[in-house]
Amino acid sequence: MTSVLYDVPGPRAIARNRVLGVLTVLVVAGVLGFIVWRLIETGQFTAEKWQAFTYTNVWVQIALSAWRTLAAFGVAAVGALVLGFVLAIGRLSDHAWIRIPVGAVVEVLRAVPVLIFMFLLYYGLPVLGIRMESYWAVVIALVAYNGSVLAEVIRAGVESLPRGQSEAGYAIGLRKAGVMRLVLLPQAIRAMMPVIIAQLVVTLKDTALGFIITYPELLFYARYLGSQSTYGSPIVPMTIVVGSIYIALCLLLSLIATVVERRLRRSPRAPGVTRADVAAHQITDTQVIGAQSAADIAAARRGLGKYDGTSGGGAV
Amino acid sequence: MDVITNNLDLWGEVLVGTLILFFGGGLVALILGTIVGAMRVSPIPVARAVGTIYVNIIRNTPLTLVFFAFAFALPPILGLRLTGDVSLTLAISALGIYTATYVAETIRSGINTVPVGQAEAARALGMTFGQVMGFVVMPQAFRSVIPPMMSVFIALLKNTTVAAGFSVVNLGSIRNYLSERGENQFIVILWVMAIFVALVLVLSFVQRTLENRWKVAR
Repeated sequence: MTSVLYDVPGPRAIARNRVLGVLTVLVVAGVLGFIVWRLIETGQFTAEKWQAFTYTNVWVQIALSAWRTLAAFGVAAVGALVLGFVLAIGRLSDHAWIRIPVGAVVEVLRAVPVLIFMFLLYYGLPVLGIRMESYWAVVIALVAYNGSVLAEVIRAGVESLPRGQSEAGYAIGLRKAGVMRLVLLPQAIRAMMPVIIAQLVVTLKDTALGFIITYPELLFYARYLGSQSTYGSPIVPMTIVVGSIYIALCLLLSLIATVVERRLRRSPRAPGVTRADVAAHQITDTQVIGAQSAADIAAARRGLGKYDGTSGGGAV
Repeated sequence: MDVITNNLDLWGEVLVGTLILFFGGGLVALILGTIVGAMRVSPIPVARAVGTIYVNIIRNTPLTLVFFAFAFALPPILGLRLTGDVSLTLAISALGIYTATYVAETIRSGINTVPVGQAEAARALGMTFGQVMGFVVMPQAFRSVIPPMMSVFIALLKNTTVAAGFSVVNLGSIRNYLSERGENQFIVILWVMAIFVALVLVLSFVQRTLENRWKVAR
Protein backbone atom coordinates (compact mmCIF):
# COMPACT_ATOMS: atom_id res chain seq x y z
CA MET A 1 0.00 0.00 0.00
CA THR A 2 1.40 3.39 -0.96
CA SER A 3 0.32 6.58 0.67
CA VAL A 4 1.51 10.15 0.67
CA LEU A 5 3.56 9.39 3.72
CA TYR A 6 5.24 6.11 2.95
CA ASP A 7 6.03 3.70 0.15
CA VAL A 8 5.52 -0.04 0.01
CA PRO A 9 7.81 -1.17 2.86
CA GLY A 10 10.97 -3.05 2.08
CA PRO A 11 12.54 -5.66 4.39
CA ARG A 12 14.13 -3.07 6.70
CA ALA A 13 10.97 -1.02 6.96
CA ILE A 14 8.94 -4.15 7.70
CA ALA A 15 11.28 -5.06 10.54
CA ARG A 16 11.16 -1.52 11.94
CA ASN A 17 7.37 -1.41 11.69
CA ARG A 18 7.18 -4.65 13.64
CA VAL A 19 9.30 -3.21 16.44
CA LEU A 20 7.16 -0.06 16.55
CA GLY A 21 4.01 -2.22 16.58
CA VAL A 22 5.26 -4.18 19.58
CA LEU A 23 6.21 -0.91 21.28
CA THR A 24 2.69 0.46 20.75
CA VAL A 25 1.15 -2.67 22.25
CA LEU A 26 3.47 -2.41 25.25
CA VAL A 27 2.63 1.26 25.91
CA VAL A 28 -1.12 0.70 25.60
CA ALA A 29 -0.98 -2.41 27.78
CA GLY A 30 1.08 -0.45 30.31
CA VAL A 31 -1.47 2.38 30.55
CA LEU A 32 -4.46 0.03 30.78
CA GLY A 33 -2.61 -2.19 33.23
CA PHE A 34 -1.81 0.79 35.46
CA ILE A 35 -5.49 1.84 35.54
CA VAL A 36 -6.68 -1.68 36.35
CA TRP A 37 -3.98 -2.02 39.01
CA ARG A 38 -5.09 1.25 40.66
CA LEU A 39 -8.73 0.14 40.46
CA ILE A 40 -7.91 -3.13 42.23
CA GLU A 41 -5.55 -1.43 44.67
CA THR A 42 -8.23 1.06 45.78
CA GLY A 43 -10.81 -1.71 46.10
CA GLN A 44 -13.09 -0.61 43.28
CA PHE A 45 -13.91 -4.20 42.32
CA THR A 46 -15.05 -5.30 45.77
CA ALA A 47 -18.62 -6.47 46.21
CA GLU A 48 -19.29 -3.63 48.62
CA LYS A 49 -18.70 -0.99 45.95
CA TRP A 50 -21.05 -2.73 43.55
CA GLN A 51 -23.83 -3.69 45.97
CA ALA A 52 -25.90 -0.71 44.88
CA PHE A 53 -26.43 -2.41 41.55
CA THR A 54 -28.20 -5.35 43.19
CA TYR A 55 -31.20 -3.16 43.97
CA THR A 56 -33.99 -2.90 41.44
CA ASN A 57 -34.68 0.66 42.48
CA VAL A 58 -31.20 1.80 41.49
CA TRP A 59 -31.68 0.41 38.01
CA VAL A 60 -35.13 1.96 37.79
CA GLN A 61 -33.56 5.32 38.67
CA ILE A 62 -30.80 4.81 36.10
CA ALA A 63 -33.43 4.01 33.47
CA LEU A 64 -35.44 7.09 34.45
CA SER A 65 -32.31 9.27 34.22
CA ALA A 66 -31.49 7.81 30.82
CA TRP A 67 -35.04 8.57 29.78
CA ARG A 68 -34.65 12.18 30.89
CA THR A 69 -31.42 12.42 28.87
CA LEU A 70 -33.21 11.07 25.82
CA ALA A 71 -36.26 13.26 26.41
CA ALA A 72 -34.10 16.38 26.38
CA PHE A 73 -32.23 15.11 23.32
CA GLY A 74 -35.37 14.21 21.33
CA VAL A 75 -37.11 17.54 21.79
CA ALA A 76 -33.85 19.48 21.28
CA ALA A 77 -33.01 17.55 18.09
CA VAL A 78 -36.42 18.20 16.50
CA GLY A 79 -36.35 21.83 17.59
CA ALA A 80 -32.80 22.33 16.30
CA LEU A 81 -33.71 20.87 12.89
CA VAL A 82 -36.73 23.17 12.59
CA LEU A 83 -34.78 26.23 13.74
CA GLY A 84 -31.93 25.25 11.43
CA PHE A 85 -34.17 25.28 8.37
CA VAL A 86 -35.80 28.57 9.36
CA LEU A 87 -32.47 30.30 9.96
CA ALA A 88 -30.89 28.81 6.82
CA ILE A 89 -33.75 30.01 4.63
CA GLY A 90 -33.66 33.38 6.36
CA ARG A 91 -29.94 33.69 5.72
CA LEU A 92 -30.40 32.75 2.05
CA SER A 93 -33.12 35.34 1.63
CA ASP A 94 -32.91 37.90 -1.18
CA HIS A 95 -34.02 40.65 1.18
CA ALA A 96 -31.18 42.26 3.07
CA TRP A 97 -33.44 43.23 5.97
CA ILE A 98 -34.04 39.51 6.66
CA ARG A 99 -30.63 38.18 5.67
CA ILE A 100 -28.48 40.47 7.79
CA PRO A 101 -30.31 40.23 11.16
CA VAL A 102 -30.67 36.45 10.78
CA GLY A 103 -26.98 36.22 9.95
CA ALA A 104 -26.10 38.20 13.07
CA VAL A 105 -28.32 35.98 15.24
CA VAL A 106 -26.71 32.83 13.82
CA GLU A 107 -23.19 34.13 14.41
CA VAL A 108 -23.91 35.17 17.99
CA LEU A 109 -25.66 31.91 18.87
CA ARG A 110 -22.73 29.94 17.47
CA ALA A 111 -20.18 31.98 19.36
CA VAL A 112 -21.76 31.66 22.82
CA PRO A 113 -20.91 28.46 24.73
CA VAL A 114 -23.99 26.28 25.25
CA LEU A 115 -23.38 26.15 28.99
CA ILE A 116 -23.39 29.96 29.27
CA PHE A 117 -26.68 30.03 27.38
CA MET A 118 -28.09 27.47 29.84
CA PHE A 119 -26.89 29.68 32.71
CA LEU A 120 -28.66 32.65 31.14
CA LEU A 121 -31.92 30.73 30.92
CA TYR A 122 -31.71 29.00 34.30
CA TYR A 123 -29.97 31.57 36.54
CA GLY A 124 -30.27 34.81 34.56
CA LEU A 125 -33.91 34.96 33.53
CA PRO A 126 -35.37 34.50 37.06
CA VAL A 127 -33.97 37.98 37.78
CA LEU A 128 -36.45 39.26 35.19
CA GLY A 129 -39.20 37.15 36.74
CA ILE A 130 -39.11 34.35 34.17
CA ARG A 131 -38.61 30.97 35.80
CA MET A 132 -38.27 27.73 33.94
CA GLU A 133 -37.49 24.13 34.81
CA SER A 134 -33.95 22.95 34.21
CA TYR A 135 -35.36 20.69 31.48
CA TRP A 136 -36.48 23.65 29.40
CA ALA A 137 -33.26 25.55 30.00
CA VAL A 138 -31.34 22.54 28.63
CA VAL A 139 -33.67 22.06 25.66
CA ILE A 140 -33.88 25.73 24.64
CA ALA A 141 -30.12 26.25 24.87
CA LEU A 142 -29.47 23.13 22.80
CA VAL A 143 -32.06 24.15 20.20
CA ALA A 144 -30.58 27.64 19.89
CA TYR A 145 -26.97 26.49 19.52
CA ASN A 146 -27.46 23.41 17.36
CA GLY A 147 -30.15 25.13 15.30
CA SER A 148 -27.70 27.87 14.34
CA VAL A 149 -24.97 25.34 13.52
CA LEU A 150 -27.39 23.29 11.40
CA ALA A 151 -28.48 26.48 9.65
CA GLU A 152 -24.89 27.01 8.50
CA VAL A 153 -24.63 23.37 7.41
CA ILE A 154 -27.83 23.57 5.34
CA ARG A 155 -26.83 26.93 3.88
CA ALA A 156 -23.44 25.58 2.86
CA GLY A 157 -25.24 22.63 1.22
CA VAL A 158 -27.56 24.89 -0.75
CA GLU A 159 -24.84 27.32 -1.80
CA SER A 160 -22.60 24.51 -2.97
CA LEU A 161 -25.12 23.35 -5.59
CA PRO A 162 -24.31 24.38 -9.16
CA ARG A 163 -26.11 27.55 -10.24
CA GLY A 164 -27.68 25.62 -13.09
CA GLN A 165 -29.94 23.88 -10.61
CA SER A 166 -31.80 26.99 -9.50
CA GLU A 167 -31.63 28.53 -12.99
CA ALA A 168 -33.29 25.43 -14.43
CA GLY A 169 -35.93 25.66 -11.71
CA TYR A 170 -36.72 29.26 -12.61
CA ALA A 171 -36.65 28.41 -16.32
CA ILE A 172 -39.48 25.93 -15.95
CA GLY A 173 -41.51 28.60 -14.16
CA LEU A 174 -41.06 27.79 -10.48
CA ARG A 175 -41.14 30.61 -7.97
CA LYS A 176 -38.49 31.22 -5.32
CA ALA A 177 -40.27 29.03 -2.77
CA GLY A 178 -40.70 26.26 -5.31
CA VAL A 179 -37.06 26.33 -6.37
CA MET A 180 -35.97 26.17 -2.73
CA ARG A 181 -38.45 23.46 -1.68
CA LEU A 182 -38.42 21.24 -4.77
CA VAL A 183 -34.95 21.68 -6.21
CA LEU A 184 -32.35 23.04 -3.81
CA LEU A 185 -33.24 21.77 -0.32
CA PRO A 186 -33.73 18.08 -1.26
CA GLN A 187 -30.28 17.97 -2.84
CA ALA A 188 -28.63 19.99 -0.10
CA ILE A 189 -30.13 17.78 2.64
CA ARG A 190 -29.08 14.67 0.79
CA ALA A 191 -25.50 15.85 0.46
CA MET A 192 -25.33 17.11 4.03
CA MET A 193 -27.11 14.22 5.77
CA PRO A 194 -23.97 12.77 7.40
CA VAL A 195 -22.98 16.20 8.74
CA ILE A 196 -26.52 16.79 10.02
CA ILE A 197 -26.55 13.48 11.90
CA ALA A 198 -23.08 14.21 13.26
CA GLN A 199 -24.46 17.44 14.67
CA LEU A 200 -27.27 15.47 16.31
CA VAL A 201 -24.59 13.38 18.04
CA VAL A 202 -23.18 16.65 19.36
CA THR A 203 -26.66 17.53 20.63
CA LEU A 204 -26.89 14.20 22.47
CA LYS A 205 -23.45 14.74 23.98
CA ASP A 206 -24.33 18.24 25.10
CA THR A 207 -27.39 17.09 27.04
CA ALA A 208 -24.80 16.06 29.65
CA LEU A 209 -24.23 19.78 30.32
CA GLY A 210 -27.62 19.66 32.04
CA PHE A 211 -25.77 18.02 34.93
CA ILE A 212 -24.14 21.37 35.72
CA ILE A 213 -27.47 23.21 35.96
CA THR A 214 -28.95 20.36 38.07
CA TYR A 215 -31.05 18.72 35.38
CA PRO A 216 -31.50 15.18 36.80
CA GLU A 217 -30.01 13.25 33.89
CA LEU A 218 -27.58 10.30 33.98
CA LEU A 219 -24.53 12.12 35.36
CA PHE A 220 -26.61 13.84 38.00
CA TYR A 221 -27.84 10.50 39.30
CA ALA A 222 -24.32 9.06 39.11
CA ARG A 223 -23.07 11.91 41.31
CA TYR A 224 -25.98 11.50 43.72
CA LEU A 225 -25.66 7.73 44.18
CA GLY A 226 -21.88 7.90 44.04
CA SER A 227 -21.81 10.00 47.19
CA GLN A 228 -24.15 7.72 49.20
CA SER A 229 -21.97 6.28 51.94
CA THR A 230 -24.56 3.57 52.75
CA TYR A 231 -23.56 1.98 49.42
CA GLY A 232 -19.85 2.62 50.07
CA SER A 233 -19.71 5.79 47.91
CA PRO A 234 -19.61 3.90 44.60
CA ILE A 235 -18.61 6.91 42.47
CA VAL A 236 -16.15 4.91 40.36
CA PRO A 237 -18.58 2.04 39.56
CA MET A 238 -21.31 4.59 38.83
CA THR A 239 -19.01 6.48 36.45
CA ILE A 240 -18.20 3.24 34.66
CA VAL A 241 -21.86 2.21 34.31
CA VAL A 242 -23.31 5.61 33.40
CA GLY A 243 -20.36 6.44 31.16
CA SER A 244 -20.87 3.20 29.24
CA ILE A 245 -24.54 4.05 28.74
CA TYR A 246 -23.70 7.51 27.44
CA ILE A 247 -20.97 6.27 25.11
CA ALA A 248 -23.19 3.44 23.83
CA LEU A 249 -25.99 5.89 23.00
CA CYS A 250 -23.63 8.23 21.14
CA LEU A 251 -21.89 5.37 19.31
CA LEU A 252 -25.28 4.09 18.19
CA LEU A 253 -26.20 7.47 16.72
CA SER A 254 -22.78 7.79 15.06
CA LEU A 255 -23.24 4.32 13.60
CA ILE A 256 -26.51 5.44 12.03
CA ALA A 257 -24.65 8.40 10.51
CA THR A 258 -22.08 6.07 8.98
CA VAL A 259 -24.74 3.74 7.59
CA VAL A 260 -26.68 6.65 6.07
CA GLU A 261 -23.51 8.02 4.55
CA ARG A 262 -22.55 4.69 3.02
CA ARG A 263 -26.04 4.17 1.63
CA LEU A 264 -26.05 7.66 0.14
CA ARG A 265 -22.78 7.04 -1.60
CA ARG A 266 -24.08 3.82 -3.17
CA SER A 267 -27.62 4.94 -3.90
CA PRO A 268 -28.47 4.74 -7.62
CA ARG A 269 -31.12 7.38 -7.06
CA ALA A 270 -28.48 9.88 -6.11
CA PRO A 271 -28.66 12.50 -8.83
CA GLY A 272 -25.65 13.83 -10.68
CA VAL A 273 -25.25 16.55 -8.12
CA THR A 274 -24.14 14.74 -5.02
CA ARG A 275 -21.24 14.61 -2.73
CA ALA A 276 -18.51 14.60 -5.33
CA ASP A 277 -19.98 17.61 -7.11
CA VAL A 278 -20.74 19.43 -3.93
CA ALA A 279 -17.17 18.97 -2.90
CA ALA A 280 -15.72 19.67 -6.31
CA HIS A 281 -17.61 22.89 -6.35
CA GLN A 282 -15.78 24.18 -3.34
CA ILE A 283 -12.51 22.39 -3.20
CA THR A 284 -10.56 21.29 -6.18
CA ASP A 285 -10.54 17.85 -7.76
CA THR A 286 -7.15 16.88 -6.45
CA GLN A 287 -8.39 17.44 -2.94
CA VAL A 288 -11.45 15.30 -3.60
CA ILE A 289 -9.20 12.49 -4.74
CA GLY A 290 -7.07 13.03 -1.69
CA ALA A 291 -9.97 13.19 0.72
CA GLN A 292 -10.78 9.61 1.49
CA SER A 293 -14.11 9.91 3.16
CA ALA A 294 -17.04 12.22 3.27
CA ALA A 295 -15.89 13.24 6.71
CA ASP A 296 -12.64 14.41 5.25
CA ILE A 297 -14.46 16.35 2.59
CA ALA A 298 -16.66 17.87 5.22
CA ALA A 299 -13.66 18.80 7.30
CA ALA A 300 -11.81 20.20 4.34
CA ARG A 301 -14.89 22.08 3.29
CA ARG A 302 -15.39 23.44 6.76
CA GLY A 303 -11.89 24.73 6.66
CA LEU A 304 -11.36 25.72 3.07
CA GLY A 305 -14.85 26.43 1.83
CA LYS A 306 -15.69 30.05 1.57
CA TYR A 307 -19.14 29.33 2.91
CA ASP A 308 -18.19 28.76 6.46
CA GLY A 309 -18.55 32.11 8.03
CA THR A 310 -16.72 32.97 11.16
CA SER A 311 -17.10 31.28 14.49
CA GLY A 312 -17.06 27.68 13.26
CA GLY A 313 -16.11 24.73 15.35
CA GLY A 314 -19.71 23.70 15.32
CA ALA A 315 -19.18 20.00 15.17
CA VAL A 316 -17.06 19.83 18.26
CA MET B 1 -20.84 48.38 33.20
CA ASP B 2 -20.83 48.72 37.00
CA VAL B 3 -20.85 44.95 37.24
CA ILE B 4 -17.39 44.96 35.66
CA THR B 5 -15.82 48.10 37.12
CA ASN B 6 -16.88 47.24 40.69
CA ASN B 7 -15.43 43.74 40.49
CA LEU B 8 -12.37 44.19 38.32
CA ASP B 9 -10.30 41.85 40.54
CA LEU B 10 -12.70 38.96 39.99
CA TRP B 11 -13.10 39.52 36.25
CA GLY B 12 -9.34 39.56 35.84
CA GLU B 13 -9.04 36.34 37.81
CA VAL B 14 -11.67 34.46 35.80
CA LEU B 15 -10.30 35.72 32.49
CA VAL B 16 -6.85 34.43 33.45
CA GLY B 17 -8.47 31.15 34.52
CA THR B 18 -10.12 30.77 31.10
CA LEU B 19 -6.87 31.59 29.30
CA ILE B 20 -4.91 29.07 31.40
CA LEU B 21 -7.47 26.37 30.57
CA PHE B 22 -7.43 27.38 26.90
CA PHE B 23 -3.66 27.42 26.42
CA GLY B 24 -2.99 24.50 28.76
CA GLY B 25 -5.69 22.35 27.20
CA GLY B 26 -4.59 23.46 23.74
CA LEU B 27 -0.99 22.44 24.39
CA VAL B 28 -1.97 18.99 25.70
CA ALA B 29 -4.37 18.58 22.78
CA LEU B 30 -1.74 19.57 20.20
CA ILE B 31 0.90 17.18 21.55
CA LEU B 32 -1.42 14.22 22.15
CA GLY B 33 -3.41 14.95 18.97
CA THR B 34 -0.29 15.01 16.81
CA ILE B 35 0.83 11.67 18.24
CA VAL B 36 -2.59 10.10 17.71
CA GLY B 37 -2.92 11.68 14.27
CA ALA B 38 0.49 10.27 13.31
CA MET B 39 -0.60 6.85 14.60
CA ARG B 40 -3.73 6.99 12.47
CA VAL B 41 -1.79 7.53 9.24
CA SER B 42 1.15 5.27 10.12
CA PRO B 43 2.01 2.06 8.26
CA ILE B 44 1.71 0.08 11.51
CA PRO B 45 -1.68 -1.68 11.75
CA VAL B 46 -1.63 -1.89 15.57
CA ALA B 47 -0.93 1.84 15.92
CA ARG B 48 -3.70 2.63 13.42
CA ALA B 49 -6.16 0.47 15.37
CA VAL B 50 -5.25 2.05 18.72
CA GLY B 51 -5.60 5.54 17.23
CA THR B 52 -8.96 4.72 15.67
CA ILE B 53 -10.37 3.24 18.88
CA TYR B 54 -9.20 6.21 20.95
CA VAL B 55 -10.65 8.75 18.52
CA ASN B 56 -13.96 6.94 18.10
CA ILE B 57 -14.56 6.42 21.81
CA ILE B 58 -13.57 9.88 23.01
CA ARG B 59 -15.44 11.60 20.20
CA ASN B 60 -18.57 9.80 21.32
CA THR B 61 -18.07 10.77 24.94
CA PRO B 62 -19.68 13.97 26.21
CA LEU B 63 -17.05 16.44 27.44
CA THR B 64 -19.01 16.72 30.67
CA LEU B 65 -18.54 12.98 31.19
CA VAL B 66 -14.78 13.29 30.62
CA PHE B 67 -14.69 16.09 33.20
CA PHE B 68 -16.88 14.02 35.53
CA ALA B 69 -14.50 11.06 35.33
CA PHE B 70 -11.45 13.27 35.88
CA ALA B 71 -12.93 15.33 38.71
CA PHE B 72 -14.82 12.66 40.66
CA ALA B 73 -13.63 9.17 39.68
CA LEU B 74 -9.90 9.74 39.14
CA PRO B 75 -8.98 11.33 42.52
CA PRO B 76 -10.09 8.30 44.58
CA ILE B 77 -8.38 5.91 42.15
CA LEU B 78 -5.07 7.77 42.19
CA GLY B 79 -5.45 8.81 45.81
CA LEU B 80 -5.30 12.53 44.99
CA ARG B 81 -6.23 15.29 47.40
CA LEU B 82 -8.41 17.84 45.65
CA THR B 83 -6.64 21.18 46.00
CA GLY B 84 -6.99 24.07 43.58
CA ASP B 85 -3.92 23.11 41.59
CA VAL B 86 -4.93 19.46 41.30
CA SER B 87 -8.40 20.46 40.09
CA LEU B 88 -6.87 22.76 37.50
CA THR B 89 -4.47 20.07 36.27
CA LEU B 90 -7.31 17.56 36.01
CA ALA B 91 -9.45 20.08 34.11
CA ILE B 92 -6.61 20.83 31.66
CA SER B 93 -6.05 17.09 31.14
CA ALA B 94 -9.76 16.51 30.54
CA LEU B 95 -9.93 19.34 27.98
CA GLY B 96 -6.68 18.17 26.34
CA ILE B 97 -7.67 14.52 26.06
CA TYR B 98 -11.06 15.45 24.61
CA THR B 99 -9.76 18.05 22.14
CA ALA B 100 -6.84 15.82 21.08
CA THR B 101 -9.25 13.60 19.11
CA TYR B 102 -10.36 16.58 17.03
CA VAL B 103 -6.77 17.70 16.52
CA ALA B 104 -5.86 14.16 15.39
CA GLU B 105 -8.73 14.04 12.90
CA THR B 106 -7.85 17.47 11.53
CA ILE B 107 -4.24 16.45 10.99
CA ARG B 108 -5.26 13.19 9.38
CA SER B 109 -7.66 14.82 6.93
CA GLY B 110 -5.08 17.51 6.21
CA ILE B 111 -2.56 14.87 5.19
CA ASN B 112 -5.25 13.12 3.17
CA THR B 113 -5.86 16.25 1.11
CA VAL B 114 -2.34 15.97 -0.34
CA PRO B 115 -2.62 13.88 -3.51
CA VAL B 116 -0.55 10.68 -3.53
CA GLY B 117 0.91 11.77 -6.88
CA GLN B 118 2.75 14.62 -5.13
CA ALA B 119 4.71 12.24 -2.94
CA GLU B 120 5.23 9.79 -5.78
CA ALA B 121 6.60 12.54 -7.99
CA ALA B 122 8.94 13.62 -5.21
CA ARG B 123 10.16 10.06 -4.69
CA ALA B 124 10.61 9.68 -8.44
CA LEU B 125 12.94 12.69 -8.31
CA GLY B 126 15.03 10.75 -5.82
CA MET B 127 14.17 12.77 -2.73
CA THR B 128 14.74 11.14 0.62
CA PHE B 129 11.93 10.61 3.13
CA GLY B 130 12.92 13.79 4.96
CA GLN B 131 12.91 15.82 1.78
CA VAL B 132 9.56 14.42 0.64
CA MET B 133 8.03 15.34 3.98
CA GLY B 134 9.79 18.66 4.47
CA PHE B 135 9.53 20.12 0.98
CA VAL B 136 6.44 18.53 -0.54
CA VAL B 137 3.91 16.89 1.76
CA MET B 138 4.02 18.86 5.02
CA PRO B 139 3.92 22.38 3.54
CA GLN B 140 0.73 21.47 1.66
CA ALA B 141 -0.83 19.55 4.53
CA PHE B 142 0.02 22.30 7.03
CA ARG B 143 -1.74 24.94 4.98
CA SER B 144 -4.94 22.97 4.60
CA VAL B 145 -4.87 22.04 8.29
CA ILE B 146 -4.68 25.60 9.67
CA PRO B 147 -8.29 26.79 9.14
CA PRO B 148 -10.02 23.66 10.53
CA MET B 149 -7.49 23.63 13.37
CA MET B 150 -8.57 27.14 14.29
CA SER B 151 -12.16 25.88 14.39
CA VAL B 152 -11.05 23.19 16.82
CA PHE B 153 -9.46 25.84 19.03
CA ILE B 154 -12.53 28.05 18.90
CA ALA B 155 -14.53 25.05 20.13
CA LEU B 156 -11.92 24.46 22.83
CA LEU B 157 -12.29 28.05 24.00
CA LYS B 158 -16.04 27.59 24.36
CA ASN B 159 -15.54 24.21 26.04
CA THR B 160 -13.42 25.72 28.82
CA THR B 161 -16.70 26.88 30.40
CA VAL B 162 -17.57 23.27 31.26
CA ALA B 163 -14.85 23.46 33.94
CA ALA B 164 -17.18 25.82 35.83
CA GLY B 165 -19.25 22.79 36.81
CA PHE B 166 -16.21 21.24 38.48
CA SER B 167 -15.07 24.12 40.69
CA VAL B 168 -12.34 25.47 38.45
CA VAL B 169 -12.24 29.27 38.19
CA ASN B 170 -13.02 30.55 34.70
CA LEU B 171 -15.45 32.84 32.88
CA GLY B 172 -18.21 30.28 33.32
CA SER B 173 -17.98 30.36 37.10
CA ILE B 174 -17.99 34.13 37.71
CA ARG B 175 -21.78 34.06 37.89
CA ASN B 176 -21.47 32.09 41.10
CA TYR B 177 -19.07 34.50 42.80
CA LEU B 178 -20.83 37.67 41.70
CA SER B 179 -24.24 36.43 42.82
CA GLU B 180 -22.70 36.08 46.29
CA ARG B 181 -21.68 39.74 46.05
CA GLY B 182 -25.30 40.53 45.22
CA GLU B 183 -24.80 41.49 41.58
CA ASN B 184 -27.51 41.08 38.96
CA GLN B 185 -26.88 37.60 37.51
CA PHE B 186 -28.69 38.35 34.27
CA ILE B 187 -26.37 41.26 33.48
CA VAL B 188 -23.31 39.26 34.54
CA ILE B 189 -24.16 36.41 32.17
CA LEU B 190 -24.85 38.84 29.32
CA TRP B 191 -21.37 40.28 29.85
CA VAL B 192 -19.84 36.81 29.82
CA MET B 193 -21.66 36.13 26.53
CA ALA B 194 -20.36 39.39 25.08
CA ILE B 195 -16.79 38.49 26.09
CA PHE B 196 -17.10 35.12 24.39
CA VAL B 197 -18.50 36.65 21.22
CA ALA B 198 -15.55 39.07 21.20
CA LEU B 199 -12.96 36.33 21.84
CA VAL B 200 -14.47 34.12 19.13
CA LEU B 201 -14.48 37.06 16.71
CA VAL B 202 -10.77 37.59 17.37
CA LEU B 203 -10.00 33.91 16.78
CA SER B 204 -12.05 33.78 13.58
CA PHE B 205 -10.32 36.92 12.36
CA VAL B 206 -6.97 35.19 12.87
CA GLN B 207 -8.42 32.15 11.12
CA ARG B 208 -9.49 34.12 8.07
CA THR B 209 -6.21 36.00 7.86
CA LEU B 210 -4.17 32.80 7.98
CA GLU B 211 -6.53 31.13 5.51
CA ASN B 212 -6.08 33.90 2.97
CA ARG B 213 -2.35 34.10 3.45
CA TRP B 214 -1.76 30.36 3.15
CA LYS B 215 -4.29 29.34 0.57
CA VAL B 216 -2.98 26.40 -1.44
CA ALA B 217 -2.92 27.32 -5.11
CA ARG B 218 -3.78 24.29 -7.20
